[in-house]
Amino acid sequence: MVPALFTLVAKRQDTLDTWTLELEPRSGARLAFAPGQFTMLSAFGTGEVPISISGGADGPLTHTVRAVGLATQAICDAQEGDVLTVRGPFGRPWPVEELAGADVVIVAGGIGLAPLRPAILAVLADRERYGRVALLYGGRSPDQLLFGDDLRSWADLGIDVSVTVDSAGPEWLGHVGVVPRLVHRAAIAGARAGALLCGPEIMMRFTVAALAERDILAERVYASMERNMQCGIGHCGHCQLGPTLVCRDGPVYRWSELEPWLQIREL
Amino acid sequence: MRQLEELVAESPTFAALAPAHLTTIVGCAVNQHAAAGEMLFREGTPADRFFLIREGRIALEIDAPGRGPLTIETLQAGDVVGWSWLFEPYRWHLDGRAVSSTGLVAFDGACLRAKCEADHELGYALMQRFAECLIERLEATQLQLTDVYGHPRVA
Repeated sequence: MVPALFTLVAKRQDTLDTWTLELEPRSGARLAFAPGQFTMLSAFGTGEVPISISGGADGPLTHTVRAVGLATQAICDAQEGDVLTVRGPFGRPWPVEELAGADVVIVAGGIGLAPLRPAILAVLADRERYGRVALLYGGRSPDQLLFGDDLRSWADLGIDVSVTVDSAGPEWLGHVGVVPRLVHRAAIAGARAGALLCGPEIMMRFTVAALAERDILAERVYASMERNMQCGIGHCGHCQLGPTLVCRDGPVYRWSELEPWLQIREL
Repeated sequence: MRQLEELVAESPTFAALAPAHLTTIVGCAVNQHAAAGEMLFREGTPADRFFLIREGRIALEIDAPGRGPLTIETLQAGDVVGWSWLFEPYRWHLDGRAVSSTGLVAFDGACLRAKCEADHELGYALMQRFAECLIERLEATQLQLTDVYGHPRVA
């Protein structure tokens, strides 16, 4: 649980406040992880934050970070060559293997696309093992959408990509509206489909309701949850959700496990 | 006319409409085409029609002084555009613009209202369908108003 030192080798600005960082271990030993896992990331002196891994299994450790506070701002301010600390990876991953043979609908909202990106890359690396794959992605406005190049290339590689924004000017030729409305038109066969969700909790609740109308049951829906994770190893209890700890038992949960706890307000 | 009836019957909104009612409403309908960028209706003008989108996309916009047109929602193939024809004062509440080349079925509002007055079963069937549309759009708008992406998620 001692933080490892990683060097920032590349940095790309995705939106006004969001950056994708590529890190290489100073020790030379690559970090093995599964799609959906996160690390505790830190720039020296500003504390650790849980950040999902947003890259594939090969290449540098990739994180996409939105600068929303002291720690994340310090991480986003890091320059190439700077050293960051990494603990992990932690948490339960996306059930990518379990969905093999089925249609898969991947629903992302805002920066929620980042934790789903490794799952998408894993599905694409083994594309023929899956049925129809649909990605439904929503953002606040066109300038806040992530991974534009990826979205175009994923569509070319056999994923049915639908993007929508909450508001836009007339220059935007895509969808305007909320993500759950895309579910009704997704090209997937309900009964044998599985769903992976990551985004604001309200968006996920409405999306699950829309998925149910497409006969995708809560047992086949997986969501990545966010709580106040601090230790990452299930000791401190800050990220408790019902009888579970999100850092240890999540962040990816089966929706049917989550549902009873999400109905309790302030939990 | 037979083709038009089939097209309308395939839409999610009118799929379960009784055949006789389907024939009746198609009697008030014509095919229409809108080129990309064409304004189909403007806020405040008489809402004498509603549309069923066959192909393409329609943007519902509101003109904000100093900011230009803002797209509130886009609708696509299979969606119904417009309910203002059904309720007084029969005026559009938003602007409607074709985002791309768009094929439509246009229904004459006055014609349909007269048929609903004459046949209350038809009126009830249409009211049910438009109420469902309104509820769907209202729920979507409520979700938009929460500005879910405004609160950062750690990723």
